[in-house]
Amino acid sequence: MAGIELKDVRKVYAGGVEAVKGVSLDVQDGHFVVLVGPSGCGKSTLLRMVAGLESITSGTIAIGGRTVNELEPAERDIAMVFQNYALYPHMTVRRNLEYGLRNRRIPSDEITRRVNEAAAILEIAPLLDRKPGQLSGGQRQRVAMGRAIVREPAAFLFDEPLSNLDAKLRVQMRAEIRSLQRRLGTTSLYVTHDQLEAMTLADQLVVLSAGHIEQAGSPMEIYERPATLFVATFIGSPAMNLLPIEPETASQLAGSSAVRDSLSVGTTIGIRPEHMRLVGDEGIQDDEIAADLVVTGVELVGAESYVYGVFGAQKAEIAVRVPGYRHFDGGTPIRAAAGATSLHRFDSKTGLRLDSPV
Amino acid sequence: MIERSPLGRPLAHLLLIVGILIVAFPIYYTFTASTQTIQTILRPPLPLTPGSEFANNYGEALFGGIGRIGGVGVGTLLFNTTVMALGVACGKIAISILSAFAIVFFRFPLRMVFFWLIFITLMLPVEVRILPTYKVMVDLGLIDTYAGLILPLIASATATLLFRQFFMTIPGELVEAARIDAAGPMRFFRDILLPLSKTNIAALFVILFIYGWTQYLWPLLVTNNNQMNTIVIALKKMVSFADADTPWHLVMVTAILAIVPPVLVVVLMQRWFVRGLVETEK
Repeated sequence: MAGIELKDVRKVYAGGVEAVKGVSLDVQDGHFVVLVGPSGCGKSTLLRMVAGLESITSGTIAIGGRTVNELEPAERDIAMVFQNYALYPHMTVRRNLEYGLRNRRIPSDEITRRVNEAAAILEIAPLLDRKPGQLSGGQRQRVAMGRAIVREPAAFLFDEPLSNLDAKLRVQMRAEIRSLQRRLGTTSLYVTHDQLEAMTLADQLVVLSAGHIEQAGSPMEIYERPATLFVATFIGSPAMNLLPIEPETASQLAGSSAVRDSLSVGTTIGIRPEHMRLVGDEGIQDDEIAADLVVTGVELVGAESYVYGVFGAQKAEIAVRVPGYRHFDGGTPIRAAAGATSLHRFDSKTGLRLDSPV
Repeated sequence: MIERSPLGRPLAHLLLIVGILIVAFPIYYTFTASTQTIQTILRPPLPLTPGSEFANNYGEALFGGIGRIGGVGVGTLLFNTTVMALGVACGKIAISILSAFAIVFFRFPLRMVFFWLIFITLMLPVEVRILPTYKVMVDLGLIDTYAGLILPLIASATATLLFRQFFMTIPGELVEAARIDAAGPMRFFRDILLPLSKTNIAALFVILFIYGWTQYLWPLLVTNNNQMNTIVIALKKMVSFADADTPWHLVMVTAILAIVPPVLVVVLMQRWFVRGLVETEK
């Protein structure tokens, strides 16, 4: 067992493209850390650098206190689960699991023990004599996990392992990966572009954008106090509502004048859809501000609906979560309110959170 | 086919049958001739049904030795040709799979230069480089040897290209998984690349075996000793301008025997051959 330590890791490709711009990250022993970000943010590159599949332009990577910059992937004591599983198609499941162990000249009775143990944990014992081509997507996923488990490595690396599965299976495998990791206590680094997957799996969430870390922290910390506008919109679905404050914005809002006065030009306020409510006959509370919207659409998700509307002259798009099913025709004027405590404030220019102790 | 016309099927069958007859009849006729005495062959018309000399003719050809080619039996010819065809097929596969392996999976200086060098040799078949190649073989003392028959034909740009194309379809993640699984380059080659290339190798083997079997110009040049002749060359040598000098019954036997091994290879490996050309195990 071991932690992973990244110090000022940079990756510059031959063409001069800087994919990773100085990332420092400390993954503690036994933690499940998820790297999340949009495609092209460098998260996969970063993972592959930890695995040793990409060279490191500068900086150091240490696994278990040992600098591994110059080591081959096989010498780094890591196991990787690939997006397309990368199972050897001509080998049976058993041979697939054994392959890395045989190459390391581990005694055969030890190999058998580990393979059987992994097969039992993953419930793939009946599949051991089949070939990957005869397995379903979910089963292949398990075999790929098995191949990592039998190695008993210092760390697991996951490269979007669930993105080839259908939605239902993805949720199931997500839970299994989580409980498996808890049970084995192996340090894990997991890459995904799916923010829901990231939120549910992570002990520590690392949001990447354009090759640098936007924010790292526990999922709830990041959800409740996003450090930048990017994080605010990337984490959460539907995305956080953003309203850039312009000179006339405050006058178009209703509700608490104290709150309205605190909105300074050049900042952007953010409100999550679930912190907003539709204003009915009961009116606006003292500590709320409200905005008049024109409905553009309603999205029914089952237990709740999202009402989308645009606000004011700046046509800011606002989503409001309402319980149950509510129907509005397009163009209907509605009023939505949010409490002062649920406002996030950002600097419009730098995108940084304003009340955060940076 | 979504052909619904009631005439379509019989018509298609008829066409196919005619086609088969056109292809098969000369071969059947050769076989018929190979079972006649030389006198029957030389006195037209040649009967359409097999004669009585099957055992005699085949026995004489295989074990007796044929005068016009220095008393060498067809058995020796078949052996020579088999050695050559197998040598060419296996040698070509071994060399081209290794060079494709190097070109696809290794990053070395001038990689593309080497690739294009191999590619350019497509334009240099034996016929073009025949004099220098012959000189090299003479200098190496390889005239009238199996090595001399096989080596100059062994380099194959076509097979290298085929393997290269196949290797490039192997997902990079598979290579990376093998790296993480502590498989070095040669182990990756042996444990993963070779098994995955099985069907490709089989298909290539069929093509190359027949290529080697039917070689004419090069064996003609490089073998002087009748004992080293391949069957195609011997067949040519057996035929004289004067009909009376030619042991036609033995020529027919030799022709039939020359056809049999390639046909066997194709028939036995048919399934693999088709699979290798249309699908890959992935």
